[in-house]
Amino acid sequence: MADVMSPDVDRLLLDATTSRSRRIKNRLASIWMIGALVVAVVPLALVIGYVLFKGIGQLSLAWFTEDLPTITRKAGGGMGPAIVGTLLITLVAALMAIPLGILGAIYLHEYGGKGRTARLIRFMADVMTGVPSIVMGLFVYTVWTLTFGLNGFGGSLALGCLMLPIIIRTTEEMLRLVPDELRQASYALGNRKWRTIMTVVLPAAFGGITSGVMIAIARAAGETAPLVFTIGAARNLNLNIFDGPMTALSVQIFGNAQTPFEAAQARAWGAALTLVAIVFAMTILARVVSSRVARRHAA
Amino acid sequence: MSPELAASTDDLAAQATSPESKAPNVVFDVRDLDVYYGEFRAVRNVNLEVHQHEITAFIGPSGCGKSTVLRCFDRMNDLIESARVDGKILYHGIDLYDPRIDPVEVRKRIGMVFQKPNPFPKSIYDNIAFGPRLAGTKGNLDDVVEHALRRAALWDEVKDRLKKSAMGLSGGQQQRLCIARAIAVEPEVILMDEPCSALDPIATARIEDLMQELKSDYTILIVTHNMQQAARVSDRTAFFTTEVNSESDTRTGVLVEFDSTDKIFSAPSDERTENYVTGRFG
Repeated sequence: MADVMSPDVDRLLLDATTSRSRRIKNRLASIWMIGALVVAVVPLALVIGYVLFKGIGQLSLAWFTEDLPTITRKAGGGMGPAIVGTLLITLVAALMAIPLGILGAIYLHEYGGKGRTARLIRFMADVMTGVPSIVMGLFVYTVWTLTFGLNGFGGSLALGCLMLPIIIRTTEEMLRLVPDELRQASYALGNRKWRTIMTVVLPAAFGGITSGVMIAIARAAGETAPLVFTIGAARNLNLNIFDGPMTALSVQIFGNAQTPFEAAQARAWGAALTLVAIVFAMTILARVVSSRVARRHAA
Repeated sequence: MSPELAASTDDLAAQATSPESKAPNVVFDVRDLDVYYGEFRAVRNVNLEVHQHEITAFIGPSGCGKSTVLRCFDRMNDLIESARVDGKILYHGIDLYDPRIDPVEVRKRIGMVFQKPNPFPKSIYDNIAFGPRLAGTKGNLDDVVEHALRRAALWDEVKDRLKKSAMGLSGGQQQRLCIARAIAVEPEVILMDEPCSALDPIATARIEDLMQELKSDYTILIVTHNMQQAARVSDRTAFFTTEVNSESDTRTGVLVEFDSTDKIFSAPSDERTENYVTGRFG
């Protein structure tokens, strides 16, 4: 074929594949993108690596089981109450925020649509996302803590308020991604609206909703400010979130890191590592569960 | 048939035996049907009869409202907020747009297959079992699934992978799956909205064969932009076209002619039909 091509065409083809400036541009763009990736990943790796390096020495059986030491500047004691506190407070917050958030998103996308109420709620959720966590803590402090005293539930309320708008907005986005053809197919089979949502829309959006919920939980589990004035500072294990002060890992990191004592700072690193590990484990768990469910529905 | 169409059925049943109803083999009797989207009249003055165990085709150029009319038969237009219907669609003498009628019950009796195959992102089995499960079918679901798939000429191709995702099927298989899914609900009528427009010629031929097999048990209405398809498969044909409203510069669909398919394609009585079927227009 080459012999029938005119020399001009031949040169054009060659130029397109071998042009010097084109190759340079291609190379530069690749370098730029790889660079951006490195810039994004390196800090993450450094943070995890450093937390692991500084905190791993603290971990022992006693770390998970024993109460906090009375004298923080000396080594010893454990982080038990803070670990339990973080898990309990976040769990209760999630139990409140997840159903409410998902139901809210279902209302917004499946029922409210472009109506006034839905637009107002959507706007409020956006505003709520932007409210600094410390303000949320102050809010709960005035409406709950001043009346019922320092307890874990105040913390759960504050964290729940932080999670709620994230869950509403991510869930709504995921519902938007479910193609309308699926809803139509369901209606055409004589399925009612609420059952269409339960049997078609939510299963199709399950993976995305789980991701959104995990982001919300991870963010809430690491919050310090709203907990400082709602849950108090307990040294001993308190399993009753409605009665008496509790503590949490984030609060312990904050408190211990501020002190000039080496033992306390080491404890802060240990608490940081524990918190990262908990969030990491929950994320993996959520991935496994959502891929299982997705496989059951899609496979 | 299981639950009744409407909450109170006595009056409606009386209506069904009233002089309004026609011969027993008339499934739908459409009278002076107008469809509006808000203020805009999309289709006007449709009058036609759909007979049992026949294939009725709606043909016409794009935008002539043939899909809009089709979606009136299972009240899918209810899902569009601004849509409104004037006139009557009598289903065995019962007006589908009577305020007492529950559209969900209508859709259980009148199935629909869409232009784009739309299987659920579930297994092949769960797609077919979806309708029967909703209805709370007590019997052996496996048998129901097998029967529906056999009826849709898909069983041999998928029997070894019922638990696999329906999304892995080819376009033609997905469309036959959607037909099987509709059949599993045991409707009396199947509406098909350009069911082959997303398919290649071989898959199209299979769906057309399937329609011929299905018409002994079901009444089929099909919208198609393909005149040859209408000529090949249908017993009766309705030709729609558009009218330009001079004052508002909008287009309204009208039913030009409704007759046996042979007549429409060989000796149409309206010039517009003749121009369309001979390819001079549209």
